[in-house]
Amino acid sequence: MIKKSNIIFTNLYGGSSPLLKGAVKRGDWKNTKSILKISPQKIIDCVKASGLRGRGGAGFSTGMKWDFMPKSTNKQHYLVINADEGEPGTCKDRDIIRNEPHKLIEGCLIAGYAINATKCYIYIRGEFFNEAQILQNAIDEAYKKKLIGKKACNSNFNFDIYIHYGAGAYVCGEETALIESLEGKKGQPRLKPPFPANVGLFGMPTTVNNVETIAVIPTIMRRGSQWFYNLGTKNNTGSKIFCISGHVNKPCNVEEELGVPLKYLIQKYAGDVIGGWDNLLAVIPGGSSVPLIPKSVCDNVLMDFDSLKDCGSGLGTAGIIVINKQIDIVQVISRLSEFYKHESCGQCTPCREGTGWLMRMMKRIQTGEFTAEELDLLEEVTYQIEGHTICALGDAAAWPIQGLLKNFKNQILNRINKKSSKVA
Amino acid sequence: MEKSFKKIAEELIQPKKFAFDKDNLSKANKIVQMYPKNFKESSIMPLLTLAQEQNNGWIPKKAIEYISKFLKVSEIRVLELATFYSMYNLSPIGKYHIEVCTTSPCMLRGADSIMLKCKEKLGINIGELSKDKKFSINHVECLGACVNAPVIKINKDYYEDITINTCEEILNKLNNNKKIKVGPQSSRKASEPTKS
Repeated sequence: MIKKSNIIFTNLYGGSSPLLKGAVKRGDWKNTKSILKISPQKIIDCVKASGLRGRGGAGFSTGMKWDFMPKSTNKQHYLVINADEGEPGTCKDRDIIRNEPHKLIEGCLIAGYAINATKCYIYIRGEFFNEAQILQNAIDEAYKKKLIGKKACNSNFNFDIYIHYGAGAYVCGEETALIESLEGKKGQPRLKPPFPANVGLFGMPTTVNNVETIAVIPTIMRRGSQWFYNLGTKNNTGSKIFCISGHVNKPCNVEEELGVPLKYLIQKYAGDVIGGWDNLLAVIPGGSSVPLIPKSVCDNVLMDFDSLKDCGSGLGTAGIIVINKQIDIVQVISRLSEFYKHESCGQCTPCREGTGWLMRMMKRIQTGEFTAEELDLLEEVTYQIEGHTICALGDAAAWPIQGLLKNFKNQILNRINKKSSKVA
Repeated sequence: MEKSFKKIAEELIQPKKFAFDKDNLSKANKIVQMYPKNFKESSIMPLLTLAQEQNNGWIPKKAIEYISKFLKVSEIRVLELATFYSMYNLSPIGKYHIEVCTTSPCMLRGADSIMLKCKEKLGINIGELSKDKKFSINHVECLGACVNAPVIKINKDYYEDITINTCEEILNKLNNNKKIKVGPQSSRKASEPTKS
């Protein structure tokens, strides 16, 4: 589907050097100075016109997010990059950081200039130590060549980038939790409003963007918003890195246009489902937090924000987890419930207590020790959590189970029937 | 109950004192400058990481005291971060700290049997340290390398595309203090689809 000439991350697999020598050959840092001559508002308008939607999961318009930043210059503005990638099924930012760090750094500079942020923190998960070292080397190089720092790229704009290591908390991927963590507190999300654009990091106007979102900015600026807009489908423009994991013959990361059919993606790049397409049971299409879709939906669904929303799931981070018929689907979702229980920050009661409930009930379903009424109770608990917490972690814990019950309730009920008939 | 490295170590093994060595002291002074002067707490996390590195992978009580004095913040601010974030260990870990990712994408590719292999081979359980203090095992949530599942992390390095055989091989080599190749243990270099 995607033409070779339209691929943004040409070094996604690390075929050549991630550092400046290789990056310049790939076209990074070309005429950055002339981009920094365009007015910040025009850059924001260009990003808006490209239709770019945030790649971190929520899919909010990036240009619009930037436009929320106050235009006055009397306060320090901050750009924060969310590199706390930890959504199960997602591993795209890791590849950008280790193989295309200069795209990210250049993107930071342009984004920082557009929102008038002279300081940028890249919050990278602590587990990505080796990847962060590569990024640090790339930043050091960029400072040395005066691409960032004082008078970045010979412009009148000063720009500093710092790396801040996380230390293993999934919830810090939520932007306000990430800000709390950067301020040296526990990663517990803040109530909104005020939004980070008004009161963010250190109490100053802040924009938090995902790694992939920022890393595509330089290419959009160079090739024009129209070029990006023409990729993908209407309202779901551009290309995106898809991570295909689970029961496929060749799990991989791949860049494709948004709106590509799921079946095509799995068959063309990931060597099909283990045991063939008919052996497919279900797919979690957007990282663990979105509801699964059964095979009947997978046959025809397109991979973009709107198509997946229409069939009751979501694109999320585009981490595609493929599940075939050789595994117990309850076990897969039960393990996710354990994940959310472990990662709940403990701030909101419905999530703190509810994720524990969900985990314990799922464990019982896994072993067959449950009744049909309990299944209804389980469903009710998910609705008690959903929408009743500060951040989306509560929703994320509820949705996989809702997806499971929606599509596999009969199979689950069969399990108890079998068990009780055995007892009888 | 499962043991955990998040439990504060007993008094007996707590070192009597802690201070950053020369190298880490200069690193710490640079870290403090990364953040605005009135936000000293921002440095707590990076300093905890430094302290953990200096003390063989775990944070003693004295280090928490030291960091709180170093930054002039209250001790509880440091301790609450050390307990909240899962990467900080509060009791000793092995020379090789083996963390097996067992979240769903890795589970689908057989992470549970990898975990079993590690436990069996090393004769220890999750959250335990071997008698010779060489190995410790922990299970972790998603390490973020799902297309290279199953993944284990040993100290700072990722080992990807693990099979039961390569897992055993790795543990054998570590036991003999031999070098092992970091990254995918299969024929590929990174996250590309395997050829053929």
